[in-house]
Amino acid sequence: MDSALATTDQPDVHEEHEHIVLPQHRHHFETEEQQREAGSFGMWLFLLTEVMFFGGMFMAYLLYRNWYYPAFSAGSEQLSIPLGTANTAILITSGFCMAVGVWAAEVRKRGLLVVMLILTTVFGIIFIGIKGDEYHEKYEMHHIPGANFNISQFTNPAGYGINEKPLAPDMAQKTQIFFFLYFALTGLHALHMLIGLGILFWLIWRAHRGDFSSGYVAPIENFGLYWHFVDIIWLFLYPLLYLINRHPMH
Amino acid sequence: MATQEIHTDANDPTNVTNPEHSQHHIVTPLQYTYVFGTLLLFTGITLGVAFIDLKWANPVIALAIACFKASIVVLFFMHAAYQSRLIKMTIGAGLFLFLVLISMTLTDYISRAWGMW
Amino acid sequence: MSAAIGNTIVSLPDQSTAQIPKRNYINNEHGLLSWLLTGDHKRIAILYLISITFFFFIGGAFAGLIRLELLTPQPDLVSSDTYNKFFTMHGIIMVFLFLVPSVPATLGNFLMPIMLGAKDLAFPKINLLSWYLYVVGGLLMLAALVLGGVDTGWTFTTPLSTHYLNTHVITTATAIFIAGFSSIFTGLNFIVTIHRMRCPGMTWFRMPLFVWSHYAASLLMVLGTPVLAISLVLIAMERLFGIGVFDPTKGGDPLLFQHLFWFYSHPAVYIMILPGMGVISEVISTFSRKRVFGYTAVAFSSVAIALFGFFVWEHHMFIMGVSNYSALVFSLLTMLVAVPSAIKIFNWVFTLQQGSITFETPMLYAFGFMGLFTIGGLTGVFLGSLGMDIHLTETYFIVAHFHFVMVGGMLMAFLAGIHFWWPKMTGRMYPESLSKLAAVTTFIGFNLTFLPQFILGYLGMPRRYHAYPPEFQVLNVLSTAGATVLGIGYMLPMLYLGWSLKYGAIAGDNPWQATGLEWQIQSPPLTENFIEIPIMDHEAYDYEWLEKKTKNEVTTVG
Repeated sequence: MDSALATTDQPDVHEEHEHIVLPQHRHHFETEEQQREAGSFGMWLFLLTEVMFFGGMFMAYLLYRNWYYPAFSAGSEQLSIPLGTANTAILITSGFCMAVGVWAAEVRKRGLLVVMLILTTVFGIIFIGIKGDEYHEKYEMHHIPGANFNISQFTNPAGYGINEKPLAPDMAQKTQIFFFLYFALTGLHALHMLIGLGILFWLIWRAHRGDFSSGYVAPIENFGLYWHFVDIIWLFLYPLLYLINRHPMH
Repeated sequence: MATQEIHTDANDPTNVTNPEHSQHHIVTPLQYTYVFGTLLLFTGITLGVAFIDLKWANPVIALAIACFKASIVVLFFMHAAYQSRLIKMTIGAGLFLFLVLISMTLTDYISRAWGMW
Repeated sequence: MSAAIGNTIVSLPDQSTAQIPKRNYINNEHGLLSWLLTGDHKRIAILYLISITFFFFIGGAFAGLIRLELLTPQPDLVSSDTYNKFFTMHGIIMVFLFLVPSVPATLGNFLMPIMLGAKDLAFPKINLLSWYLYVVGGLLMLAALVLGGVDTGWTFTTPLSTHYLNTHVITTATAIFIAGFSSIFTGLNFIVTIHRMRCPGMTWFRMPLFVWSHYAASLLMVLGTPVLAISLVLIAMERLFGIGVFDPTKGGDPLLFQHLFWFYSHPAVYIMILPGMGVISEVISTFSRKRVFGYTAVAFSSVAIALFGFFVWEHHMFIMGVSNYSALVFSLLTMLVAVPSAIKIFNWVFTLQQGSITFETPMLYAFGFMGLFTIGGLTGVFLGSLGMDIHLTETYFIVAHFHFVMVGGMLMAFLAGIHFWWPKMTGRMYPESLSKLAAVTTFIGFNLTFLPQFILGYLGMPRRYHAYPPEFQVLNVLSTAGATVLGIGYMLPMLYLGWSLKYGAIAGDNPWQATGLEWQIQSPPLTENFIEIPIMDHEAYDYEWLEKKTKNEVTTVG
């Protein structure tokens, strides 16, 4: 009924291929393609807003890293390279699984799609788990900004068995800003991941029902865009937070 | 799916209603695997270079690698290379504005002589 | 159709036989839930109209209280803290809960799909979500108000807002954060609709200029608002955890907040004014019976305003401690951003030239807009130049400047739009003579309120103070008197527009004999807007096409 509404007495170049009308077709769209492209465009625009949202925080990071480089260096050294690198690899793998999942939806392989979505979720959960572990460690070392923040590890690294130059007390105080940015940036990132994981559970359930293996791939595609974007944020956070100054005694 | 012709008619010269009829490319898992491998490789490179003291070049290289990784994710995992010009311009616009935020704010900070830089 | 009577283009159907169309978007479905769970962009527009009117009057009440206090030089009505809360709440409510969504969320939502020949916006459910986010943000704001209000000024300047005040900053910041998402989703919807849902034949340069303005404003909404969001998050973090991101004693820089805040808030003023400019383009064209002069220039200048609007934010911070060199750069760029706005004014003036001008209410508001916005815009250029700004900023000159552009400009444009499209949205005409009276009253009241404030600012009266030297009292009294007149001018439309819903004349499809797809369908429109998707085969503002079409049209039976 809606294809009939697609007007025009003019010679219709579209006649030779069918307009697939999926059950999920929304009637204010003329064609399935229009709906799909509109949805994809909408998701890209939403990702732009996320870029600007994180952008403000990156600006703060850029400024304070340059003002307080020694403090940021020292703070960054407190982060665990093995855990951070592992997390990076895990998130990249999660993104890879998501991409294959999108392919599976496009070629209508329901089983593979469900498996890939589950793998994406599993890797995402592992990422969050490792992050939680890192946060816990920071809590125990009194490196969470606020009343309990303890700078002694930076003013007296030798006392903790760390082979680093000590910082002056005022510069050591600035490590608080580093850790704030660490928690804020990774926390915001983790929040986006948690939201994504929630959506993934819903998508897995729907994919299992077969919603996405008969030509209607938009939700999987668009979620894939979101998930990859979250991955990209981490690809920047990893070197900016973990790898500020890892070269041996400067 | 084969690439299809661009379908337009006199009343829809910019192909508003059927934008994806211009092309519908499906990226294969093999291509994804190449990208995956590249991402892991460059993660390793970033990590390795971080342990070498290159002074000012360290953050430059780290950011350059991060940008490269992000680009291949955007182009291949997110299919941007195969999307319409509109999508490509949208991505460009976002990047442009992010750079405006950073660079124009910096015009203030780098010209303030508070002994911080 | 009845013949035009007197010097007016209004053309109404024969009232003895005219009726509201039997099926329209208002009576299509019944019940409260059919409104609260609607996907119909027109119903959502009406929901927005009701909510923003509600908040407008709350914000207006605060304005009244401010002017009441300022009648006397002494701080005698309320305490300083309370006065601070007055101007803060007035600013926040008017900016975020009224001006930003005013034209886009009401008129934009209602008209854009119709103007483009589409059946709805791209994402109707997100449109509804947008309204709910607005309502939640608004209610949270009211909650902050009831709990005691906030007194930081609408600009939340650090370090005052983070370290020196103990009012409900976080609640308010959260409210604005939520309302910001409402704005983002509206803009997102518009951009996708304009790019992907134009009807056959509707090329970019056949769209009404109303749509171009909304496109430009939507770009700003989508790209700028998130930076406001992050700046509010950082304020909340600073207040909750004392992390030091804006605290000099811990190494932070208060100016960083201001950079992030104004990165949004300057484009925000263009978000507020651009849709109004779109309305003015439509109104001026219709009531001069002439196509807008220099369509392409107006279209491109809308986008140019949006683009350049992102490059000038530091001019709000000239006295805050930014470097002189960056101030120079931003001052120069500010001069540039005035150019596209001026281009629009020139184009509207040339539209009027040799047009067949009539003075119905929307046109009165449009004339008011053109004069008052020009004054406001010019004073903006004065403020953009560094030397002047040092003396004039944070005085009543700034207050007058932004009220000229926002109230004399934007609010007048909003009222012009409401009156212009009222017959389309409701099927009824408002009473013309009463509305003309209201328009003139508003104009007089506005000038009486805000012209003295230019002088006050120039003479040195600071803004946001509730006491002032006695020699400024005369001007302040004039201003308050004007505010009273202005208030009456704004009350009147509430009354007669409400009256017209039941007793107004039946408007018919096209009472203004305007071009534009929205005037070729019934008033009020069907839920699906069009029975069949139109094909756009003529340019925008094509009055010859309209004449040909209506010459042989039959609109009565028998």
